[in-house]
Amino acid sequence: MIKPYGDTLNDGKVQLSFTLPVPWSEAADEAARQLVVKMGFADVQVAEGRAIAESFSFFVVYAATPQAIDFESLAVPSVKTHKMTMEEIDALIEERVGRKVRVAGACIGTDAHTVGIDAILNMKGYQGDYGLERYKMFETYNLGSQVAVEDLVRFTKEKKIDALLASQVVTQKGSDVKNFTALVELLEAEGLRDSVILCCGGPRMTSLLATELGYDAGFGRGTLPSEVAAFIATRMPHRVG
Amino acid sequence: MELQIDRNAVARCRKSAAAIADPVQAFIERHSTVSVERSILRLLGVDGVGPGDTPVPNMIVESLDASELPNGIAIPFGRALVQTGLEPRALGERLASGGARLAQFGDVPNEAARGAIVAAARAAFDRVLARRAERNDLMQQLPQLPPPLLYMIVASGNIYEDRTAAVAAAEAGAQIIAVIRSTGQSLLDFVPYGPTTEGFGGTYATQANFAIVREALDEASRRLGRYVMLTNYASGLCMPEIAAMAALERLDMLLNDSMYGILFRDINMKRTFVDQHFSRMLNAASGIIINTGEDNYLTTADAVEQAPAVLASQFINEELARRAGMPDRQIGLGDAYEIDPNLEDGFLFEVAQAQLARQIFPDSPLKYMPPTKHMTGDIFKGHLIDAMFNLTSVMTGQTIHLCGILTEAIHTPFLGDRALSLENARYIMRTARHFGDDVVPKPGGRIERRAADVLSECEILLERVAARGLMQSIEAGVFADVKRSPEGGRGFEGVFERAPDYWNPFEELLS
Repeated sequence: MIKPYGDTLNDGKVQLSFTLPVPWSEAADEAARQLVVKMGFADVQVAEGRAIAESFSFFVVYAATPQAIDFESLAVPSVKTHKMTMEEIDALIEERVGRKVRVAGACIGTDAHTVGIDAILNMKGYQGDYGLERYKMFETYNLGSQVAVEDLVRFTKEKKIDALLASQVVTQKGSDVKNFTALVELLEAEGLRDSVILCCGGPRMTSLLATELGYDAGFGRGTLPSEVAAFIATRMPHRVG
Repeated sequence: MELQIDRNAVARCRKSAAAIADPVQAFIERHSTVSVERSILRLLGVDGVGPGDTPVPNMIVESLDASELPNGIAIPFGRALVQTGLEPRALGERLASGGARLAQFGDVPNEAARGAIVAAARAAFDRVLARRAERNDLMQQLPQLPPPLLYMIVASGNIYEDRTAAVAAAEAGAQIIAVIRSTGQSLLDFVPYGPTTEGFGGTYATQANFAIVREALDEASRRLGRYVMLTNYASGLCMPEIAAMAALERLDMLLNDSMYGILFRDINMKRTFVDQHFSRMLNAASGIIINTGEDNYLTTADAVEQAPAVLASQFINEELARRAGMPDRQIGLGDAYEIDPNLEDGFLFEVAQAQLARQIFPDSPLKYMPPTKHMTGDIFKGHLIDAMFNLTSVMTGQTIHLCGILTEAIHTPFLGDRALSLENARYIMRTARHFGDDVVPKPGGRIERRAADVLSECEILLERVAARGLMQSIEAGVFADVKRSPEGGRGFEGVFERAPDYWNPFEELLS
């Protein structure tokens, strides 16, 4: 069993900060303390409490959690296959697939933030790791921003896309989840779901969430293009085989 | 601080920028767009929505016969004003409800129509000037704190929540409030109507939403004893209309870039060039400071490599804005602090770039954008990077300072995040207020060498663009590695060539 580590094993110490919609006063500090107690924490210390606007107060609180996690029993899938270079990935595709793999990427729904999908697809890549356009064995289509899921599915059908990368950054009001789900449903309705490797990406994406949404893989913040490339390359032989 | 820079190179860059602007300007003068025509109606007072929430200005412009559009909306609308005797707004409603059609007033002589429009346009222009005078008075009574002016973003999707956040940010020290637009509004070929409470990643820019936040900030300004500015976003398919609405609701700034929509939103370049020009004419008259969008070059590519492109874009934006009649004090050229924090001496490069812009554009209220690309979930590190950004800004005398937020990479800022951000900026700017005045960069040192490199690469880039032409250069992917064709992109169908009798009543008033 593990607990947060402050300065001693299993002391359970955490830091919290939050805002309360009241002017600052001693009573506001006390409200912050009681709130953290109600959350189930012990040893609650309001380290800082002050006004940040006329009717809002900000708090920094230290506290100890009584909760613990059985780390050994956790099973979390990881899409990070062993690290492969661009050359290895190209060679794998050439040998096992025997033709270029067609990859399409887009920011879906109303999302106009193409930073993530561009980092993965553009020649230049991200942090010195080349994007998929640079690979010999990928034929890459970057459809850009604000692509309707209907258009993406139509494109997938027309171009016989092998791997589809759907990206969304905006997370307000759960619109990302709705659009990701809509894409899966539409692919299923068109009978295309099993013929594509379906990946999603965004700053809050995790493998677990991707699996729940019905995707083959999910890529979060800090993903390198070669990680996405390796995932597609290792999955492809099963599809064509 | 003062860098030794090659003044002759700066003069050559301006000369290239003028050569780049010449053919673009000639194109602009021969064309108009549906958005320019709609903004004429909006200025005259036409507003509201018809069936399916279509804005009345859209309905009226769309109702014009394709053969009549090249003459502009003013004369047909003027004929209807004469014949019906209605005020512009009431006439708009009549036309939108189907109670009348522009085509039925063809018998009214042009001169009468022109007279009716001139009177209405003068009245509209006076309203714009009155709003401007009102701003000047308020700024006299309620002086701002010295720059860098702390610029804070709110964006909840709900204008009433935005109002609360805007007032709280002003109380925490913000001097400029921006209400971020709903994602994708730049691609709508109409301006939504009324107060809105739903949006994606932001809140729709509507005239009613402008008024709601303006009123709240005016009240806060009086209470705080300092004028709090309000800004929004014009770049997109409705640049001139948003400029008109902003003039009427006394916004103080607008994001208005001559190329942003083309490169980063795939809006047609001809549409954008024509729209930016008329919108900037309006901004000039209404005393609105524009903010250009050079930060976008840096968020989509490597910041060290793109530095010359940022400077080149600043020269082009300056030239096109001057041609729209904007004085330098209203041209807020953009830049951003986006160099990889892992790069040794990255801070020195940032200082070089910011100081270079300060010296080349001494009267521009430079707009400095915070780190976003290299911000991560590590909010503690992010807060430190923001502190270095704040230091660069105060020591190089930036004017408009968009405060970086420690949770940039995580979510739309919490109210508390904004307060922490403002506190960071206020602390650094207080403790280092006159640092820039007292340090002398080592002659020939790293900072000066970097500035010289950026300037000389910018000069080469501008010469290349001037030789090839701006539209052709964009087509060839010279800017931001993005290729756009002159007839491609959104909104091209809304561009039209002016007929010999084309008339825009505001062009005469504004120039």
